[in-house]
Amino acid sequence: MSELNAYALLVLVGFLPSEMWRVLGFVAARRIADESEFFIWARSVAIAVLAGVIAKIILFPPGTLASVPLSIRLCATAVGFLTFLVARRSLLAGVAAGEAVLILGALAYGI
Amino acid sequence: MSPATPTNLWHRSGAASFLAGFRAAWLSALAYVVIGTYIGIAALTHDFGFGLWWAMASTVLVWAAPAQVILVSALATGGAPLATALAVGVSSARLLPMVMSLLPLIKRPKTSYATLILPAHFTAVSVWIEALRLLPAISRQERIPFVNGLGIGFMCAAQAGTLIGYYLAGSLPPLLSAGLLFLTPVSFLISTTRNCRLTSDWLALAIGIVLGPLMAAWQVGLDLLWTGVVGGSLAYGIHRLREALK
Repeated sequence: MSELNAYALLVLVGFLPSEMWRVLGFVAARRIADESEFFIWARSVAIAVLAGVIAKIILFPPGTLASVPLSIRLCATAVGFLTFLVARRSLLAGVAAGEAVLILGALAYGI
Repeated sequence: MSPATPTNLWHRSGAASFLAGFRAAWLSALAYVVIGTYIGIAALTHDFGFGLWWAMASTVLVWAAPAQVILVSALATGGAPLATALAVGVSSARLLPMVMSLLPLIKRPKTSYATLILPAHFTAVSVWIEALRLLPAISRQERIPFVNGLGIGFMCAAQAGTLIGYYLAGSLPPLLSAGLLFLTPVSFLISTTRNCRLTSDWLALAIGIVLGPLMAAWQVGLDLLWTGVVGGSLAYGIHRLREALK
């Protein structure tokens, strides 16, 4: 792949297919007022997609995360989430606790 | 002397609001999640033979981590351009409802649409989550520069991660790379939960978590798109029904 070719592909098959959705959202948002019913619906759709992405990564993980057993991944997610709730809703504490369980679990499993 | 109402007390210039947004990005734990995520992406990009400048340009232009992973993996393994574009497009479809639910929060009746182009481009999961959390405390006239500051702040974090990833490429132990990959789901789950206010928000989160993997397991085409439309509409419908019965 030539240098120029790599940049052309970046724009054509990377930038355009992603940016297209932002442009569509931009056009649609012109007619939406915040606190409107359509706005609340769009917000629900965005949260549901994100929730689906999160669950898919945990259940069908990419790359080396797949070598960590499902039970450890679920346990790490639960501990991270519970720590967040207990530790005055701190994102940092939740992520740190979840990561600690994942890494210790993976070590114990022998990865 | 004008009375010190909350609005004029908190009114800042565009530059100050931009800096406040930039600062908010670096004060957010998500900035460090973004750095970790991009260390992983950069190591992958390096291993597939792409240059550092290409990797950094991809972050500025595409600005969506999953799409960037799909792009480098497909191009490096000789995927057909059309199929690659389709896979990138499907993975980025979540940006549509995100832009639709962010721009109405920052525009004002007389906002020129040109000033909304940058915030639309900066919209990605990290920026969207932190904007939704922080905007209610920011006055209307400051919101556009604030979101631009957030966007540049998170993009700088991503570029820092890219540099580290290029430096570390090849020497990243599997345990560490598994930990970096786990950052995305655990931090997104917690920060989305933190943002839930309406009944429909909570329902959308719960339904999406169940529906996403089910749609994927049933091998429904465009599974995440359907998860969003079906799960989001269901959550919104139940929310409306409950409001109506009150």
